[in-house]
Order: sequence, then C-alpha cells, then structure tokens
Amino acid sequence: MTLKNKFLIPLILFFVLVGFLAVGLKRDPHEIPSPLINKAAPAFELPTLSGDQIFSPADYKGKVWLLNVWATWCVSCREEHPVLVAFTQQYHIPVVGLSYKEIQPQETQLNQLPTDKKLQLARQRSQLFLNRLGNPYVLSVLDMDGRVGIQYGVYGVPETYVIDQQGIIRYKHVGPVTPDLIDKKLLPLLRQLEKT
Amino acid sequence: MTPELGHFSLILASVVGLILAVFPLWGTINHNVAWQSLARPAAVMQFILVAFSFACLAASFLNNDFSVAYIAQHSNSLLPRPYQFAAVWGGHEGSLLLWILLLSGWACAVAFFSRSLPLDMVARVLGVLGCIAVGFMLFILTTSNPFNRIFPTPADGRDLNPLLQDPGLVIHPPMLYMGYVGMSVAFAFAIAALLSGRLDAAWARWSRPWTVIAWTFLTFGIGLGSWWAYYELGWGGWWFWDPVENASLLPWLVGTALIHSLMVTEKRGSFKAWTVLLAIAAFSLSLLGTFLVRSGVLTSVHAFASDPSRGIFILIFLAVVVGGSLTLFSWRAPQVTLGGQMGVVSRESFMLANSVLLVVATGAVLLGTLYPLIIDALNLGKLSVGPPYFNLVFAPLMVPLLFILVPGTVAQWREAQLKTIFNKLRYLAVAALVSANALTIYLGPWTWTTALGFFLGLWVGLSSLQHMVERVRKPGRIGGSFWGMHMAHFGLAVLVMGITGVKSYEVERDVRIGIEDVVTIAPYTFKLMGMQDVMGPNYKAQEAEVHIQKNGVYIKTLRPQKRRYFSSAMPMTEAAIDTGFMRDLYVSLGDPIPGERPEWSMRVYYKPFVPWMWAGILMMVAGGLLAALDRRYRKSTHDTQK
Repeated sequence: MTLKNKFLIPLILFFVLVGFLAVGLKRDPHEIPSPLINKAAPAFELPTLSGDQIFSPADYKGKVWLLNVWATWCVSCREEHPVLVAFTQQYHIPVVGLSYKEIQPQETQLNQLPTDKKLQLARQRSQLFLNRLGNPYVLSVLDMDGRVGIQYGVYGVPETYVIDQQGIIRYKHVGPVTPDLIDKKLLPLLRQLEKT
Repeated sequence: MTPELGHFSLILASVVGLILAVFPLWGTINHNVAWQSLARPAAVMQFILVAFSFACLAASFLNNDFSVAYIAQHSNSLLPRPYQFAAVWGGHEGSLLLWILLLSGWACAVAFFSRSLPLDMVARVLGVLGCIAVGFMLFILTTSNPFNRIFPTPADGRDLNPLLQDPGLVIHPPMLYMGYVGMSVAFAFAIAALLSGRLDAAWARWSRPWTVIAWTFLTFGIGLGSWWAYYELGWGGWWFWDPVENASLLPWLVGTALIHSLMVTEKRGSFKAWTVLLAIAAFSLSLLGTFLVRSGVLTSVHAFASDPSRGIFILIFLAVVVGGSLTLFSWRAPQVTLGGQMGVVSRESFMLANSVLLVVATGAVLLGTLYPLIIDALNLGKLSVGPPYFNLVFAPLMVPLLFILVPGTVAQWREAQLKTIFNKLRYLAVAALVSANALTIYLGPWTWTTALGFFLGLWVGLSSLQHMVERVRKPGRIGGSFWGMHMAHFGLAVLVMGITGVKSYEVERDVRIGIEDVVTIAPYTFKLMGMQDVMGPNYKAQEAEVHIQKNGVYIKTLRPQKRRYFSSAMPMTEAAIDTGFMRDLYVSLGDPIPGERPEWSMRVYYKPFVPWMWAGILMMVAGGLLAALDRRYRKSTHDTQK
C-alpha cells in the first residue's frame, strides 16, 4: 500500500462501521428469539377464571389461537388491553388469557392466605378488571405460582404467543401488542396459518 | 409564554450558529478579515441565546408548567426543588439542550481565551464548532423539541425517574457532557489545522490545555457515574461494561492517548498525523456514544425512549461530520512533514507504545460493545457480550501500559539508553516488587494476579512520588503541568491499587435476615436491630437499622432503605455504606420474604480498597486541572514560539 493510501484506512473503517450502524438501526435489540418457536406448546391444565372448568391447550387442537399473558398489576397490560378488545371484536381469532402470578410475591399479607382464598381473590381482581375494561378473552386461566409461565419462558408480562392447528408455537411477542404489530406481523401470519 | 420564548431563542441561536458556521470559514478562504472577525461575537451571541433558552426551560420546570410535554413526563409537583431543576436534563430532549448549552459554552470560552491566537485560526476553530452546534440544534428543533405543549394539560407530571433522584446523578450528566463536548474543541483545533495546512508545534500547544480540561471533565464524569452505580443500584458493583458506560470510556481512552500524543507533537514535532487522527477519533467516539444512547440500537440500562427517526438523524450527522473530517485527513495528512528523529528507545517510542496500547484497548472495547449489533446485522443470531470478555481483553492491555509508563517518564527525548533507564529504576523496581508481595501475603492469600496488580500500582505510584521529591529538592519554579502529570499518574496508581484490592478481597453475603439476626464477615458482624417505615417527600420507604460491630465492639449504625416512589411502581434500593480508609461496609436491603416470622433478603458486602478508587479518580482530576491551568499556556504564542 502506498503512503498516500494508508491515510484512507480510517475513512474506510469508519464507513464499514456506519454501514453496520445503519443496519442495526432497523433491528430491535429487545426482540428475543424464543427457543419454543416451531416447537409444540407446552401442555398444562389450569382452572379458568369463571371457575367451572379446566383448560388445556389440547382443547384447541385444530384452531389457530393466541395465548396472551397478562395480570391486573401489569401496567403495560392496561395499555395493551383496548387493542386486544378491538382485535377480538374485529377478527374471530380466539385469544386465551393466561393470568400470570396475579398475587405478587411482595404482597406479603395476601400470601399468607390459604391457597383457595388466594385463588378466589385472584378471580375477583381479574374479573373486576375485565368487567371494567372489557373482556377480549374467550377464556382466561390462572397461573397462580407461575409454573406454566416458566414452561413458556415468560420473560415479561404482557406476552403473546401464536399457536397453530397442530399446537405448535409459531410466534412470540414480548411487550404490549400494538395496532402496528397486528397489521404488520400478526394478521399476515394468522392468515397464512389459517390457509394451511 | 416562557416555553415559547425558549423555543424562539433556540431558533435564533441556530440562525446565529449558521452564521458562525458559514462566514468565518468562508472568510478564511477569500481572506476576508471582516468575515473572520464575525467568529468571536457570533460565538458569544450563540451562547447567550442558548443559555436563555435553557433558562426558560428550567424556569418552566420550577414553575411546574405541565402543559409542556417534556416537563409533564419528567417532573412532578412533589419533586424536591433541586431535582426539579436537575430534571431539565433528566430526559432525552432536555439533555440534548444541556449538550448544546455546554457546546456553545465551550465555543464562547474559546472566543474569550484565544487572544493569543491568529485570527484565521480562531475563525476556523469557531467555525467548526458552529457547524457542530448547528447540527445539534437542528436535531433538537426537528426531532426532539423540549418546548412542545400538550393539550389537555395533565394535573401533575409523571415524575423524574427515581433512579435519577440522587445528588450524584444531578451532576454526572453535566460533567460527562462537559467532557464529551470538550473533545469537540480538540477536534475543532485539529480540523482547523488540517484546513490551514499548518500542523505544527503551535497548534499542539493551543489545543493542549483544552484537551486536558475536556479529559479532566470526562474523567470526573465517568468516576461520578461509577460511584453512583456503586451506591445507588445496590448490587455493590461499580463498573458493568454496559454499552453506555463503554461509550464514555471509549473517548476517555482515546483522549488519554491524545493528551500524551499532543505533548510529543508540541515538544518534538513528531506524530502530527497520528495526533490529528486521535483528536478526530476522540470526538467521533463522543458522537458515536450519543448515537448509541439515543438510537436504541443496543440494549442498555441507560434506556432513553428511543426513536428511529432520531437514530437516523444522528447517524447521518455522524457520517457527515466524521466522514468529512476523515476525508479531509486522508487528503491533507500525506503532506504533513515528519518530525524530529527518534531512537528505538526514547521517550517518543514509549509514548508511541502508550498510544498504540490505548488505541488497541479502545478497539477491543468498541468491538465488544458493537459485536451484538454486528452479529445481528449479519443475521448470525442474537447474543450479548458480557464482562468476562471485557475483563479478559482489557486487563492484559493495561498491564504493559502501566509498566511502560514508568520508563517513559524517565527516558530522554530523541535517544535514550536502556542501561541508563535500568540504572535509574532498579531500586524502584525492587521496592515495588518487595512491597507488593509483602502486601499480598499480609492480606492473603497470595495470588499472582493480586501481586501483579499491587506491583503495577506501587511501581507507578512510587515512581511519581520519586519524581516529585527529586524535583522539589532542585531549585526553580515548578510548572503546573509537572505537578499535574505526576498527580494524575499517582492517582492512576491509587486507582489501580483500589481495583486490585477490591477485586481480590471483596466478600459478599446474600442472606435472609430477621430482627435480631446476625451476619458475620470476620471481623465484622452485622445485626438487624429493627425495621421501620419512613416517609420521604415523594416516596415511602422501609428502613432497616443495622448495627455493625468489629471484634464485638460497636462501631456504626447503617440504615439501608427500600423506597417506593408514589409515581412509579418500581421499588428502589438505597444502599447504606460505611466508608473507612481501607474499606467500605455496604448493606443493601432486599424484599421481604413471605413466612411466619418477618424476614427480609439482604446483601452485605465487605469491600476493601473501594475508597482508594474514588480517591485515585479525584487525584487524576486534580492532576488534570493543575496541568490545564499551567501558566505556560496563557503566555502569548509569540514569545514562546521558537
């Protein structure tokens, strides 16, 4: 390399860097790939909110459905809620709620209650929330101790999973569902899945 | 009305900035002295307008004007007054306004303290600073206006992030920005020199005090950030290799190389092109840091609400400023004459090694910081780079750097003899080696890493002391830069001792604790005496009372808190620390644990040598100030020019 060219090295390196930064700008570093994508949705049996039945993902074999992780204490869920309500009114895709750790570990006094009382309290709180803000769910199940959440790798509430006819998780979204996400990601995916 | 005045004033400032960016630089091309003389008044005017704009925003904050969207998001009527003021830079928009305030402040300072500089040089330097200021002001006005109103007006604001409600964080951003922005002055001098084609010793002399001052602020800012993380986050850590921390470390590393390289350029006329490149790099890395923080391309604890349009603006700005200056560099640098001859062993060669090591360290940190982004951009997956990588690459680079620092300060310019250096340093080496091993064995257990760390600290520290003692014995006035250099080196030594000590001997206990329970880290015992609720102005806290005993004798009561701010659900940990000469005792309160008996999780740390780290950083800052205020720089260039 000639003497003159060597002074161009910093410039070239810099533009390579800018190239990477420009691509990086379009990516979302918060988007975390889930190892469960394209794997069977973990099975569970949990009591529903209304209290008269037990739900298991196997019940929805043959349908494309959404599993939405939520809780009344979750601030972002309040933001997401009207979006979900509008979504279910417009499209006939079943959305199953998974109420995640409704009674939080730091609610010390409540945690000292017996299990059935806690379950009752969680039901009351959740039902009140849904009565007030609208209910987007065909049904919602209660994951009191968060074990199902662990199986699904729940990272932060709210989270939404798309599960297909064979019970396989096709998509996972961490954070509130937005109208933008519904239009650009969820609807195309749901349409494609329903065709198959 | 006040916010509108502020907004208007900022628009005027950007117009003045445009004048500053265009006319003085143009004047140097067509040799129009009148246009060149516009530089100083325009820089002063720009500063006054930006300062007025900033004052308007601050006044609106203090008046609780929640009709301004930015204030509604970052303040609250219950927020204590000093934090209402500090909340001005508590978010993206306001911190950019602070940035531009400091930038125009630096330009104004250059206008005032440049009487000894030739007019065309002043015109170029201020013109370059004007270009940068215009870019940032347009950024604020187009994408991040802090003066936007909202309707309907909320009854109260959402409050300042509780993490930021802390004295350390009130001054951390201004100090860090002073450093970041200060690097723009060194950059402006470098660009001015490239434009004029006069890359000489005089140029290096002019930029030296500005660079040293910027470096000093940067050092202080990074130190404050680290100190804040240490006592506020409650993890007992003080450096996390977080992308944003790295973003502040990168310009610091290059800035350190720059102040040393500038010295060689001034004294010996060597390394000119390299010095200019370092000056460009230091400011470019400051800009890159801004980009990383504001664009949201990397995940970090310093989460500013990120917005892709902002990211694009900064990226284009970065490409224009840095790309433009590197193009100028590649065009002008080949014409730069080489400096004086230098021997294979000489002070110059040690300085060069210093520069190269610092630049390699910068590259390693930069690579680690951007690696997740690069891998993602190449569709190779998602990953994160953690402290093990950084510790693994950074420490081995610092070892030779610290080692050659000492021979570098005794070697002669131009040509030095290894034998002479060896003769001068042999007693020092033996003393450092023996005392480092003695200290390691005394504190026990001996490991080679600890001994090496202490050796390097003692090696640098004792050498600085020796220099100072020898110099005081000789007659003659001693310049500020002499004291500054050895003070800063001594501070670095103390910092190295501190880091080695805390890394080698810290003890952590993560326990569940009930009232009257005891945790022991010999010879200290920590006893939880009680728990009570405390009310703050805008939070409620649970406060533990922990009695510390040393060998069974009571020494101190610590009161760590767990705070819940009314405005946010997130609980905050307020660690309590007892600082001694040799160690910190650190207690951080966790969550209550459900059970029959009231119990809490608690972390107790014994952190030896931590105060040394802060002391070391303060000494480096003091050294920087002493060096920058050296009388030599204030003399007119005409009587010192050879």
